[in-house]
Amino acid sequence: MEQNTIKGKAAIVGVGESKYYKRGGSPVSEFALACQAIIAAAEDAGIKVTEIDGLASFAMEQNEPSRVAGGLGLAELNFCNMAWTGGGGVAAAVANAAAAVACGYARYVAVFRALAQGRSFRFGQGTTGPGMAGLMGFTVPYGLTTPAQKIAMRVRRYMHEHRVTQDALAAVSLASYHHAQFNPRAVMYGRPLTREAYDQSRWIVEPFHLYDCCMENDGASAVIVTTAERARDLKQKPAYIMAAAQGSDYRDVHDSENVPDFSSANYKHLARRLYDMAGIAPKDVDVVQSYDHFSGGVVITLAEHGFCHPDELMEFCTLENLTWPNGKLPLNTAGGNLAECYVIGMQLVNEAARQIRGDSTCQVKDAEISMMISGSVTTPASNLILHR
Amino acid sequence: MAIETTTKFYLPEVLPPAGPAPDGRDLEYWQALNQHRIVVQRCNACGNLQMEPEYICYKCHSLDRGWQEVSGKGRIYSWVRIWHPVPQALKDSCPFLVVLVELPDANGLRIAGNLLGDPNQEVVIGAPVEAVFEDHKERGYTLLQWRLVR
Ligand SMILES: [Zn+2]
Repeated sequence: MEQNTIKGKAAIVGVGESKYYKRGGSPVSEFALACQAIIAAAEDAGIKVTEIDGLASFAMEQNEPSRVAGGLGLAELNFCNMAWTGGGGVAAAVANAAAAVACGYARYVAVFRALAQGRSFRFGQGTTGPGMAGLMGFTVPYGLTTPAQKIAMRVRRYMHEHRVTQDALAAVSLASYHHAQFNPRAVMYGRPLTREAYDQSRWIVEPFHLYDCCMENDGASAVIVTTAERARDLKQKPAYIMAAAQGSDYRDVHDSENVPDFSSANYKHLARRLYDMAGIAPKDVDVVQSYDHFSGGVVITLAEHGFCHPDELMEFCTLENLTWPNGKLPLNTAGGNLAECYVIGMQLVNEAARQIRGDSTCQVKDAEISMMISGSVTTPASNLILHR
Repeated sequence: MAIETTTKFYLPEVLPPAGPAPDGRDLEYWQALNQHRIVVQRCNACGNLQMEPEYICYKCHSLDRGWQEVSGKGRIYSWVRIWHPVPQALKDSCPFLVVLVELPDANGLRIAGNLLGDPNQEVVIGAPVEAVFEDHKERGYTLLQWRLVR
């Protein structure tokens, strides 16, 4: 029986981004950043901007689709869609775009995210406003207010259960900084990080040092998604969508301290579904972009995607293994959220596609299968696999 | 039974007042704390215990909610030491400790709080703790805090 799947039906055919800035560094508005990224992605794909007829985003993107379509003068807007959740929604937004083109709702969907933390909401400032909604009353009065602090609580438990030490977290951070040194787009380009500097950096919240936490930035990233058929006639080598998944594990309620599988990054069933759809195993993956708002979440995420057993993390999660060009599994090869730019992970899709096209600044030789994971200790989360 | 009370605040009153969620799903929990009791949600239909409170039982889908008192004895399940102040008003309070406590007499349900005492103390997962009620009389609520059982 033919499997009902998105596999092979859609592709990323263009990638684009604004210039990336430190928080507050953008001379233009968040809306203008979004438009710049979409225009760059269309140019890269070799299509006219006005051929875009669909828009997809995630994490409560504030530049709403009719404004973007109006601003860009799109001839028609045939699809617009927002994936629920924050950084867990990146791959889901791409998956929604892929579904839209495969079903014929739209022809060219731009998946985008813009963020000007100097001008709008700062995620790292937590949620302490008046009238604490939902579950916040169980944590905020004790000073547990930010994503860093809440994720640290889960990572600390994981470290205890699997004898993971600071070395694994440091390796994730140092890998991102290593790769950023090759990427002129990266905000941390020209600012290498040593283990000594990592160790000496201040604690944000134990077990996270400053360098375990992502930057705050201004920037925008976008990709163009279309059908596999159209992709073959376009300018770039297509990055075909091999599989995509979105969801949450059992009762993994956002912000709950009573998640049954507390010390989890929320990928146990998601990873299985992803591999099943792709028809591949972890050993087949050539390169990974894994949402790194906090290094510790990436450590758990790698184990939950089967790259090693949780109890083998200390042998697997080393700088040597995670870095291009010689590592077993190059991770966040453009610098990630930690060192390229924090566009809530959208920029990781651009890099995952570049690895398939062959134009990454840390190009993994003959990369055929490229994974992108969004979220990590957030929920719902999502992930996807691209192939040549 | 519990337990100690304190009029000393672990953190200054610079955060928004604590209390029930706007939709009232956890009202009984906060009312109990004001009376220096700890309750967890207990389904009147199937007896399932759950936290944080929700308007439905995830096991049997009954909307008929009750509450069960628990002892206030627990174990540290995880912890964080916070150094970077958010909001800035907590600047002079850092570092401070937040522990997640599991309650053996409530099927291991977890409740967070501050760990009283030296903020630089070594924290051990699994260590036994007991509840301390921190009254914020002027603001009209009581916080559940934790201290090590010696
Ligand atoms: Zn029930």
